[in-house]
Amino acid sequence: MATKSLKARDRLIAKANQQLKFLKSGIFEDELPTFKEKISEINQHPLQPKKLEILQINLGYMCNQVCDHCHVDAGPDRKEIMTIETMRSCLRVIESTGAHTLDLTGGAPEMNPNFRWFVEEASKAGIQDFIVRSNLTIIEANKKYHDLPNFFKKHNIHVISSMPHWTEEKTDQQRGKGVFNKSIKALLRLNQTGYGMPDSKLKLDLVYNPSGAFLPTNQESLEKSFKDKLYKQFGIHFHQLFAITNLPISRFLDYLIASENYEDYMDSLVEAFNPAAVANVMCRNTLSVSWDGFLYDCDFNQMLEMKIDSHRQHINDYDEAEIQQRTIRIHQHCYGCTAGAGSSCQGNIT
Amino acid sequence: MAEYYEQKDLRNFGKITEWSEDLGNKFFDYYTKVFEEGKLTGREKSLIALAVAHVVKCPYCIDAYTKDGLQRGITKEEMMEAVHTGAAMEAGANLVHATQMMKKYKKLSH
Repeated sequence: MATKSLKARDRLIAKANQQLKFLKSGIFEDELPTFKEKISEINQHPLQPKKLEILQINLGYMCNQVCDHCHVDAGPDRKEIMTIETMRSCLRVIESTGAHTLDLTGGAPEMNPNFRWFVEEASKAGIQDFIVRSNLTIIEANKKYHDLPNFFKKHNIHVISSMPHWTEEKTDQQRGKGVFNKSIKALLRLNQTGYGMPDSKLKLDLVYNPSGAFLPTNQESLEKSFKDKLYKQFGIHFHQLFAITNLPISRFLDYLIASENYEDYMDSLVEAFNPAAVANVMCRNTLSVSWDGFLYDCDFNQMLEMKIDSHRQHINDYDEAEIQQRTIRIHQHCYGCTAGAGSSCQGNIT
Repeated sequence: MAEYYEQKDLRNFGKITEWSEDLGNKFFDYYTKVFEEGKLTGREKSLIALAVAHVVKCPYCIDAYTKDGLQRGITKEEMMEAVHTGAAMEAGANLVHATQMMKKYKKLSH
């Protein structure tokens, strides 16, 4: 398992333009329809936003883990971190946005040195659902993070955490040696604080994504298995499980190519295309802000450096009404969000 | 033999309807219906399919139902147990014919 990001390893595929070049050619030249062609068949092209509901802010690509599937190519070597000035610009938008959900992600967002200040300030805006995507192990990584569950509780944060499997083998295979045991410790710590407990208002949800070149199965049956296994083995409680499809970008794309699974995986995504999912893809109700304040239709487009199709591409030029008039930028990776029951940061979408 | 059992050929399975639409569609309708949840769960059917895939030695089916099993969260130990079930059935079906051999041997011998 790699210990450095693709970028630090100087891999060509780390560059967004190389990924887009790859997704544009090969199997999509003569065998499979492009995403644009596919949604044109059901009169959904061009894809337009609906009402803005979720503002997702990426606080930086630094992370204490180097997961095999990471679409951010995050890791300890990534130095892209949101500055306090950009955070201030974000706060101005948070105060005025019509979005009901604020979603902080990374990397490990907690590693941003101004994370706690930002959460404290942002929580004053009275956002209905304030999410922090925590990788769990950060809570155990260093003493200074041990009190994060209490900090989350104080600000009524909704915690969403990755947990690819209920077994040590599968989790460590995807997220690194020792991740499973640290994640279990962190989940117990969150439970002790009240997070994830039955009837508790402190929301703790888990995210499952397949550990390999296959699509996720039914979210409900997975949730049942996760709840059953994690409770029986460790006494762990959580609320919901979100099943997320791995999108063919960054490290997962690198894996698909290296393992010669790329063509079959793309075929599976196209084969599983669900027209009903197009209506609810997250880019239609979400706006993604990068560490340096640029705006994207989603976190995946952010990693592919596909800024929104608007002359207002930065948080400093934010005009919600105008931005909502844009057309959403698409490419072949979008098949990942429309396969089967659909996929978003909040799991299935149909 | 190079053109036999190429992994990518599985992607063209649906195209068999092009040369016989009615029969092809009837087969796929039946196939889809069979694998829906019924008295048996989809998970159970997937494991049966994996065992049969090995018994009939179909590389496409082995690929398809290994992937299907992974998607359903079926463990590698469960998959191997299913394959052994099929293998035991095959071995049993073979060995039970030994009764015929024994019967014939006895009949022909003094």
